[in-house]
Amino acid sequence: MNDLAAPAQAQPVTATGVRTKIEVRNLDFYYNRFHALKSISMDIPERKVTAIIGPSGCGKSTLLRVFNRIYAMYPKLRAEGSVALDGENVLDPGYSMNRLRTKVGMVFQKPVPFPMTIYENVAYGIRHHERLKRRQMDERVEEALHQAALWDEVKDKLKQSALGLSGGQQQRLCIARGIALRPEVLLLDEPTSALDPIATSRIEQLVEELKKTYTIVIVTHNMQQAARVSDYTAFMYMGELIEFGNAEKIFTKPDKKQTEDYITGRFG
Amino acid sequence: MNTTADHIIKSYDKELERLRDEIVRMGELAVAQLEAAIDVVERRDERAAQRVVDNDDAIDAMEHEISHGVVRLLALRSPLASDLRAVFSALRVASDIERIGDYAANVAKRSIPLSMVAPVAPAHGLKHLSQLAANAVRKVLTAYRNDDAESAHQVWRDDVHVDEAYNALFRELLTYMMEDPRSISSCTHLLFMAKNIERIGDHATNIAENVWFVVKGEPLQAPREKASDPDAAPRD
Repeated sequence: MNDLAAPAQAQPVTATGVRTKIEVRNLDFYYNRFHALKSISMDIPERKVTAIIGPSGCGKSTLLRVFNRIYAMYPKLRAEGSVALDGENVLDPGYSMNRLRTKVGMVFQKPVPFPMTIYENVAYGIRHHERLKRRQMDERVEEALHQAALWDEVKDKLKQSALGLSGGQQQRLCIARGIALRPEVLLLDEPTSALDPIATSRIEQLVEELKKTYTIVIVTHNMQQAARVSDYTAFMYMGELIEFGNAEKIFTKPDKKQTEDYITGRFG
Repeated sequence: MNTTADHIIKSYDKELERLRDEIVRMGELAVAQLEAAIDVVERRDERAAQRVVDNDDAIDAMEHEISHGVVRLLALRSPLASDLRAVFSALRVASDIERIGDYAANVAKRSIPLSMVAPVAPAHGLKHLSQLAANAVRKVLTAYRNDDAESAHQVWRDDVHVDEAYNALFRELLTYMMEDPRSISSCTHLLFMAKNIERIGDHATNIAENVWFVVKGEPLQAPREKASDPDAAPRD
């Protein structure tokens, strides 16, 4: 099955002039004895949206979680190979977790605002990494909320609890929290699966805006969403990277039959 | 369609299949119209000609129905990859068939004034030309039904024969008119009819290009020999 992933390794899909932000090489991942990722190699281009699609259990969320080493919090989880962020292997234990957290932000499927005010939700992470004066902090919070397209809706209630926001607003708050640290990479794991269509459109619009500043990797079950928002799309199946290429190519004329069967809703 | 496995949602398969069936049916109707049109030219049957003209409405109605089906599939199923190509091409193929129907009706319409004057000899060449065109349409419909890119390509290449037959007929009619100016009126009708039938051949090649696109996912781009003859009839 290694030959399936081979083309993705052999020729980078990124067009000329696009810089690689994350270079994944021969990445294997194990949950205890379960081999969840099998020799994944791919180049994630800078300031583009890369979507990862595939059926449940294909390893797409695992791959995303390896990018910010969340797995390191749990024993018996193990990654082999390399994930180079700007040329530095983030899997290297020498790569400080604190540094990685400031560079790579993550947003999850279910919005999980902290049980504190809207303002504090955004400021919390910043305080953890930087000492800012009151005024500077206000600016940073406002900037993050603006970027997350939430400012206009919450500017008059920054001192209210974040738990009072709607699901879509909570998710944008989580994105604001993620970008408040001014990361370089934003990982989105099914960010809209719990949202209604309008809130989903808002997030998709936001992704479009954010890619001017950030490198975005999004895991989604929604094929149409991947087609709408991503510049590059990766299809994974049973822990392997089957096909990775231009989103347009993947959704109009994929090279691999497995990709075709999956995106057109046939049995793989 | 061109992948062997079926969709998880069975009704999706049925809808795609129905779309394809409708197009094939519409195409068969258009070929029948073309053959009927040539038949009425030969038989000089005014009333039958009018029936062919009237029948064109049925083809137009089918095109509407197919367009509606395509929009419905796009909206409700969001087809992708090969499904998307199939649905998108259905729209284009239906519009080509609709044009074929129009040309067939035009031929029938012109046969009415033609049947009121003395018969002219070159009408025989028209039959040969329309047989070539009808064969091309029939063959490309079969290719469409079977996702057969290779036979579609063959139809595409064979269009050169339709063009040759048209050019030959064009010159024949020209000669005829020069020899006997009284035949100009009839021959002009025949010229337009020949042109219409030549255009039917072009629409068959359009359909062939769509079959290729559905199956291969890329446009059909290969050099095709054109019947290039400085004296040839004007082409568009």
